[in-house]
Amino acid sequence: MAKKTENPVYGLLAEFEYPEDLIHAAEKAREAGYRKMDGYSPFPIHGLSEALGIRRTRLPLLVFCGGLAGACFGFMMQVWTSSIDYPLNIGGRPANSVASWVVITFECTILFSALTTVIGMIALNGLPQPYHPVFNVAAFSNASKGRFFLCLESKDPIFDEVKSAEFLRSLEATSVALVPTGYTPDFVGLDKDTQHAV
Amino acid sequence: MESKQLQRSPDLALAGAPVVAPGHTYETVNDAINDIVLEKGFRAGWGFLFGISFVGVMMLGASVFWLLKNGIGVWGLNIPVGWAFDITNFVWWIGIGHAGTLISAILLLFKQEWRTSINRFAEAMTLFAVACAGLFPLLHLGRPWNFFWLFPYPNTMAVWPQFRSPLMWDVFAVSTYGSVSLMFWYVGLIPDLASLRDQARNKLAKLAYGALSLGWRGSAAHWNRYEVAYLLLAGLSTPLVLSVHTVVSFDFAVSQLPGWNATIFPPYFVAGAIFSGFAMVMTLAIPVRKFYNLEGFITAKHLDNMCKVMVATGLIVAYGYAMEIFMGFYGGNPFETYMFRNRALGPYAPEYWALWICNIFTPQLFWLKKFRTSIPLMFAMSIVINIGMWLERFIIIVTSLHRDFLVSSWGMFEPTIWDWGLYIGTLGFFTFLFLLFLRFLPAISAFEMKELVWKKEGKRASMPKSA
Repeated sequence: MAKKTENPVYGLLAEFEYPEDLIHAAEKAREAGYRKMDGYSPFPIHGLSEALGIRRTRLPLLVFCGGLAGACFGFMMQVWTSSIDYPLNIGGRPANSVASWVVITFECTILFSALTTVIGMIALNGLPQPYHPVFNVAAFSNASKGRFFLCLESKDPIFDEVKSAEFLRSLEATSVALVPTGYTPDFVGLDKDTQHAV
Repeated sequence: MESKQLQRSPDLALAGAPVVAPGHTYETVNDAINDIVLEKGFRAGWGFLFGISFVGVMMLGASVFWLLKNGIGVWGLNIPVGWAFDITNFVWWIGIGHAGTLISAILLLFKQEWRTSINRFAEAMTLFAVACAGLFPLLHLGRPWNFFWLFPYPNTMAVWPQFRSPLMWDVFAVSTYGSVSLMFWYVGLIPDLASLRDQARNKLAKLAYGALSLGWRGSAAHWNRYEVAYLLLAGLSTPLVLSVHTVVSFDFAVSQLPGWNATIFPPYFVAGAIFSGFAMVMTLAIPVRKFYNLEGFITAKHLDNMCKVMVATGLIVAYGYAMEIFMGFYGGNPFETYMFRNRALGPYAPEYWALWICNIFTPQLFWLKKFRTSIPLMFAMSIVINIGMWLERFIIIVTSLHRDFLVSSWGMFEPTIWDWGLYIGTLGFFTFLFLLFLRFLPAISAFEMKELVWKKEGKRASMPKSA
């Protein structure tokens, strides 16, 4: 099977000073027709996912299923072990003494829901993912400190290295850098003053 | 009238005190929190405390070794007092943990901004307290290496655990609590670990934080799921934390022993847990904010709020004590009546009255502003409350057990050196883990603080462009 040749350019990364500018840029980019893009920030910004057109996550539904599975597991485990497989007379209670099963059923519900929440969040986010092209841009280390980034990805049909970079510069970006797809040790990122090197 | 207004003004100033000192930016928040972790070498004060706590860990090791070698006869417990220091310590430690979950989950759901700077280390406190708590019932098993008999697994004996017993409920409640607290704490840490990865210069640190942060890059799509997950975890932890101490109280309340068989136990235990937990948060927060210069994040407002929570929960505990005594006499059961008379006037009366002084009278001082603003007084009172809550569990357990129905089966409990060794050992172990946490993980949730700074300062919080 012939492997599709990878685009050497992952996208263009614009840096912003204020979260409000990032939201504004995301809105503008969406208006301009960009769909394959992502924002990066050191903390969650309310309004950014709406501006980027990110759909609501399925996580709550998964967690509900996890919780339901936990409740069934906890309850059935106790019913089967204590009233079917090996019934014991404890203080004259009925073999299926439902009131006694409440606590462990509840704890299993919480445990299964919490496990689904954490594993679901990590898995849906595609983590762990030690390598990602945006890490190639030196300035990106500030994305976890106090800077805000918008990445227009090259897989977007209207993406164009030159035009998209122009577009980003018009949005109050403090710098725009080209993001290489592969790991290039010498690559230090591109500022608006430097030339495209890829 | 006017002078009264003036007198009241400091109170009002405190009520409006900021939850984060003004003038902070993303960068100052980031550096203040991350530099503690990323600095080279160890501070002398930290090293000194670490050394002392390590002595405690060794003491714990020696106590556990001696116990495993000889059996639980090395403790002072006996029949009738089959539960003594071990269960007292278990309930005390697990109660301390509750404040961490309350701060991180319940106050999050109530949108209390002031929780942001104390939630991380309060959660760490929860985890370490649960670790210490779990040790006691495990060792009390007598043959702790058979602990897995507690879990329902198909075995050659073809029997199952006894699910109608509150002690089994406890196994599930505490292990679920420990697991969920760990997950909540870790999920909260992921973005901060990523920022440590980006800022660490040491290669090993970069690798370790990089692996732990799972490659977090702060993508908007990720934050979207992350926030939903964080809220869900808070929503799940809230009923969980209330259930855990309820189940712990069932260990007592479901039995028929005078002094234990009381319906007031679940709410009164939960309130007591939060009461002692906040006292412990305060005991830890006061030195931490001082030594690491975090007064701008853990402000007078936080300490003031914690004092108020202690007054409120302390009053619920006081109501619990009063109701217990009332029911003891009103119920007309001679064994119950005797039990309460024995608590107040019997051989353990000094401990009983000490607990009244520590838990009921001490927190009332927090009604006075002087006590809510003086750091040494707050620190001293938080320790007094911790001692009081330990005494409460001791009194509930030992006075109910040592004289029950038959005079011929009465007895006394005297702790041995191994009882003390194990208890003080867990205090050392707790401090040891907490100091490691302070050194290697961010003690304050940096990403939540940045979000708070954005809300408070707006554009002024931005980071100047680096050269």
